[in-house]
Amino acid sequence: MNEIIQTFLLGPIKAMADYPPAVVETVIAGLGNGFLYALVAIGFVIIFKSSGVFNYAQGAMVFFAALNFAGLIDIGVPWYLAGLLSLLLMLVFAAAVERVVLRPLVGQEALTLFMATIGIGFFLEGMAEAVWGGNPRLLKIGLPEGSVFLIDYAWAQDLGLDVIIQQSDIIAIGTGIVMVLGLYLFFQFSRIGRALRAVADDHTASMSIGIPLDRMWVVVWALSGGTAFVAAVVWGSKIQIEPTMIGLALKALPVLILGGLTSIPGAVIGGCIIGVSEQLFEVYWGQPLLGGATTEWFAFMLGVVFLLFRPQGLFGERIIERV
Amino acid sequence: MIYRETGVFKTSYAQDQAILRVPLDQYGLIFWIVLAFVIIPMTASDYALSDLATPFLIMSLAALGLNVLTGYCGQMSLGTGAFMATGGFMTYKLITAFPPPAFLTQFSILGFAPLDIHFPVMLVLAGLITAATGLLFGLPSLKIKGLYLAITTLAAQFFLIWLFIKVPWFTNYSPAGIAPAPPQTIFGIEVTGAASPVINRYLFVLTITVLAALMVKNVTRCRHGRSWMAIRDMDIAAEIIGISPTFAKLSAFAFSSFLIGVAGALWAFVKINSVQTDAYTILVSFQVLFMVIIGGLGTVLGSFLGAAFVITVPILLNIGLTALNPGLQALGFGGFEVAMIKHIEFMIFGALIIYFLIVEPHGFARLWQIAKQKMRTWPFPY
Repeated sequence: MNEIIQTFLLGPIKAMADYPPAVVETVIAGLGNGFLYALVAIGFVIIFKSSGVFNYAQGAMVFFAALNFAGLIDIGVPWYLAGLLSLLLMLVFAAAVERVVLRPLVGQEALTLFMATIGIGFFLEGMAEAVWGGNPRLLKIGLPEGSVFLIDYAWAQDLGLDVIIQQSDIIAIGTGIVMVLGLYLFFQFSRIGRALRAVADDHTASMSIGIPLDRMWVVVWALSGGTAFVAAVVWGSKIQIEPTMIGLALKALPVLILGGLTSIPGAVIGGCIIGVSEQLFEVYWGQPLLGGATTEWFAFMLGVVFLLFRPQGLFGERIIERV
Repeated sequence: MIYRETGVFKTSYAQDQAILRVPLDQYGLIFWIVLAFVIIPMTASDYALSDLATPFLIMSLAALGLNVLTGYCGQMSLGTGAFMATGGFMTYKLITAFPPPAFLTQFSILGFAPLDIHFPVMLVLAGLITAATGLLFGLPSLKIKGLYLAITTLAAQFFLIWLFIKVPWFTNYSPAGIAPAPPQTIFGIEVTGAASPVINRYLFVLTITVLAALMVKNVTRCRHGRSWMAIRDMDIAAEIIGISPTFAKLSAFAFSSFLIGVAGALWAFVKINSVQTDAYTILVSFQVLFMVIIGGLGTVLGSFLGAAFVITVPILLNIGLTALNPGLQALGFGGFEVAMIKHIEFMIFGALIIYFLIVEPHGFARLWQIAKQKMRTWPFPY
C-alpha cells in the first residue's frame, strides 16, 4: 500500500517540486491546447445556448474550414484572399445547414437533432476530403512559430526559470481571449446579440415581441461557422490538418461539461482546466507510470467525474433534470 | 385485405400471448427462417456469405444490443465499439486461459461431439463480463440523462480502447497488439477460423442472431422491457407508478452490453479471425448508432433493416462508382480512386442520415408498418 502511494502520488509530486520550470512549461503547453479546445467549444456554446442543439459537427466544421484555407493557399491563392473565401464559405454553409437540415426538423427531440448534426459532420468530413484530398496539410500563413524564452534574462536563467514556450501556444491563448471579449461585447451591446439572448431565454416570448426566430438561427449558425474559421486558423498553425483533428475536437465536449453548456467564458475556463490537467497528468503520471497516450481519455474521464458532482458545470444554468 | 387481422379468433391465453398473433405474420416468419437457414446457404456464393451475410448478421446483433439501450430505454450511447472490443478481447482471454477440457472434444459419435459446447459458454461468459463493464459505464446514467450520456460513453470508448492497446496482457503479450483468434469448434464442427467452411460460420452466426432477436423480442414484451419503455417515455411518471429507474436503466445497460459484447466477439472470431483494437474504433460506434436510427428506434425488425442498409450501401456505392470508371476515363476524366470512393461514401452517408431523419424519423420499421396498414385496407385507401 505504502509503495502504491509512493509511486502514484508522492513520486510525481516530488518530480514536480524538484524542477518547477518543467511544470510551468507543461502548464503553458496545456493552456495552449486548452484554448484550442475552448475555441471549438465556444462555437458549440453559441448554438446550444440559443437553439438547444447539441452540435456534434463543430469539430468537422473546424476541419472543413482549415482544409479549405490550406487547400486554397496550396493552389496559389494569396493567404488573405483564401482566408476571406473560407470565411465566406463557412457563413454560406451555416446558412445552408439552417435552411436544409434544421428547419424541417423543428420540434423534433434533442436526440434527433443531435443525430442530424452527426450526419452533417460526416458529410462535411467527406466533402472536405473529396475536394482537397485526404493527405495531411500544413496551414502556413506566416504566424510566428518556434519557441521563445519566457523570461529572457540572464539572472532568471541562473535561478532556473529558463522556461521555453511555443509561440503557437501564445497565439492560441491570445486568440481565445480576444474572441471571448469580442463575443461578450457582441452579445451584451449589439442589437442582434441582445435579440439572441432573448431567444436563448424563451423562444415563444421572443417570437411574440417580434424577433424573427428563423433569421436568428441563421445568425447563430453563421456565428459558429465564423468561430470555427478562427479556430481553424489557430489549429492549423499549431497542428497538422488531418481527419484525426475531428476526434481531437471531441474534447470540446468534456470542456463544456466543466464550463457549463451555456457559458462562453465557462468554455474558456473549462478548456484551461482540461488542457492543463491532461497535460500534467500525461507528463507526470501517464508517461512514467501508465504507458503514455493518456490524453486520449483523461479529459473524458474528468468530464464524467465532474458530471457526477456538478452536472450543470461551473458556470452553466441548472437545466439538468434528475430522476 | 391482403394482410388481415379480422377473422383471427383467439381461443386460449397461449394464443393471445403469442409473439405473432396474426397467421400471416407467422407464415412470414417461417418463410424468412427457411430462407435464411436453408435457401441462402444452398444458393449463395462464398463471397456473399462471408462478406455480406455474416457481417450483416453480426452487426444486426450489435444493433439489437444498442436498440435495447437507446431504442427501448432511451439512453444515448456512443461507446458501442468499446463494448464490442471488450467482448472480443475477453473471449480471447477466456479461450486462451481456459482451453477446452479433453473429454469434451474427444467424446464423439460419427464426427459429432455432443459435449463440445466450450465456445458458446465462453461467449456467454465474455458477454457477462461486457455486461459488467457496460453496467459500470452506465452508472452515471442514474444522475444524468440524454445527451450528457454521450460524454460518459465516449469516455468508455476512448478509455477501453486505450486500455486494450496499452496493457499487453489482453493480447497475451503479442508484439503488434494483434492476437490471432484460435479456431473454435461446436459439437466437433469448426465454426470459426480462416480454415473453416464459410457456410459453418454463417449458420453459427445466424443461429446466435436469431436466438438473440427472439430473446430481445420476448424481454421487451415482459415486465422489464415495459419498464424500460416507461423510463424512456417519461421517467418521472414511470418512477411514480413504482418502476425503479435504477434497476431499469442498469439492467438495460447490462443486457445491451451483453449482446454487443457477443457481437464483438463474433466479429473478431468469425469475421476477421483476429483480435485487435482497429476493428472497434469510434467509427464502429457511429455505424451501429446509424443502423439503429435508420432502422427504427425501439423495434427488433429495425435493427435488421438498419444493419442491412448500413452494410450494403457502401458495397453498392463501391460497385457503382467503380463501374463508372471506364466511362469517365473514356471521357477523359480520371475516374474514382479508392480513397475518393471512401470520401464520397462519407458524404452520402451523412446526407442519407439527414434525409432519413427529416423524411422518416421512425426509420425503416415504420415504413413496414405503413405498408401493413396499406395492405390491411387494400383496395380502399381509407
